[in-house]
Amino acid sequence: MIDFKRPSRRAFLFGAASSLGALALAGCDGLSQSDRFRKVLYTGEDMNRLVQRALLSPATMAREFAEADISANFKANGSTNPEDPAYRALAENGFADWRLKVGGLVETPRDYALADLRAMPSRTQITRHDCVEGWSCIGKWTGVQLAAVIQQVGLKPSARYIVLTCADELEKTLDGTGRYYESIDLEDAFHPQTILAYDMNGETLSIPHGAPLRLRVERQLGYKMPKYVMRIDAVESFADLGRGRGGFWEDRGYDWYAGI
Amino acid sequence: MSDGSITAQRRPRRLVYRHALVTRITHWVNVLCIVVLLLSGMQIFNAHPALYIGSASDFDNPVLSITAATNAEGERVGLTRILGATFTTTGVLGLSTAGSSVEARAFPSWLTVPTYRDLATGRRWHFFFAWIFVINGLVYLVASLINRHITRDLIPTGRQLRGIGRSILDHARFRFHHERDYNVLQKLTYLAIIFLVLPGVILTGMTMSPALDAAFPWLLDLFGGRQTARTIHFVCATAIVLFILVHLLMVLVSGAWNNTRSIVTGRYAVDAKEPSDD
Repeated sequence: MIDFKRPSRRAFLFGAASSLGALALAGCDGLSQSDRFRKVLYTGEDMNRLVQRALLSPATMAREFAEADISANFKANGSTNPEDPAYRALAENGFADWRLKVGGLVETPRDYALADLRAMPSRTQITRHDCVEGWSCIGKWTGVQLAAVIQQVGLKPSARYIVLTCADELEKTLDGTGRYYESIDLEDAFHPQTILAYDMNGETLSIPHGAPLRLRVERQLGYKMPKYVMRIDAVESFADLGRGRGGFWEDRGYDWYAGI
Repeated sequence: MSDGSITAQRRPRRLVYRHALVTRITHWVNVLCIVVLLLSGMQIFNAHPALYIGSASDFDNPVLSITAATNAEGERVGLTRILGATFTTTGVLGLSTAGSSVEARAFPSWLTVPTYRDLATGRRWHFFFAWIFVINGLVYLVASLINRHITRDLIPTGRQLRGIGRSILDHARFRFHHERDYNVLQKLTYLAIIFLVLPGVILTGMTMSPALDAAFPWLLDLFGGRQTARTIHFVCATAIVLFILVHLLMVLVSGAWNNTRSIVTGRYAVDAKEPSDD
């Protein structure tokens, strides 16, 4: 039996427990940096993707909210004012000269002006935006369905992912891998709520929120919804883009499938 | 009648088989999972150390926040705000030392996995062990229904329930009977953890997933929105921590060696003469 009234033994046990704890934590840090162990941990993402995709049909919708639910203060995260000189020039001109380049594995690559996108059928949705950090905001988004754009240019059979390249550089790097980009698969690309939004809360999308165009992928976390979209490419694989994991945050350890 | 060495001072004891193999294995897998989930959960919390009520975050009105600030004297302090009340928690919450530097971080370095700030890796640990935790829990549930661990060992008898006052007094006096069966407070606590807190922590975790919210919109209605679910997730985690502290205290004061043996080998030494009351 352990006698807790004896201070020396209590101190010893406390010391032993804290040393063991510190050792275990140091061990976890070591494991966190081991490539082999990270591969094991990454199977959690595979499970999330397989199970959540099995639970969701291509038409399962994210909840849409009422006007009254719209957040008064929608947090703008990540880049809020890209420094890229070409982007600055476009912004100063109200994005009149901005063109969305749609290409890659498509039948007829083409450029879209904002007016072209606005002339297409639009979708408006009031949805909850969930940041990977843990907070949520509700906003009203209006834009053109990504599916409509993709159908216009026509996908080649080998296309498996849609890659969006952005104007913002979120991290300064020598090799250019600090530029924001994202990729989604065709199931999300063709989802009815996946839109290229040009309006937010009934007004033209502001620069902090991604003007002139941002993606909405309502069944995933915020980092899957890039702002300042400049190019859209259909690809077979994203292994040779950025650092090969399919997105700016994915290249920095975050899950490619961000359904949770 | 007893197989231990009996001295005049010690009550005679005999060993009984208290915990089935599946109970013991799932217990220890659970220990590993819950420790990792708590530590990686605090890493994730540190990315946005505030909790809210409702669907979205009302950033100006969190129900709980843990931040660093500069006080009137110009010193850096850690502040914890709960429902409008502010507590100075410098050194542990809000502001703490990590290695040789003082860092603004909600939970200290020695309570997070990894110890350094890394949300992406914290999430990897959390979800990997969440899957093991859920699968382990399902194995436990199915096995415990089949081997009648739940009905035989966890559901209190009518006689036990009527004697609950006595059991509370015994616990308050740290007087413990060593019997094969759990006592009534133990049974009720285990039932609350197994059927309320653990399902609660899993379901609120699921409610934080935008994909699962699309698949099961009733989760949002059940918990009152994603941010309320996140708050309840944190409350459940706190309940688990409190349970672990009381559980460990009870293990230590009611026969540390005997209790540990019963959850490792299954064998538990009981008082040879069972008291007539529960």
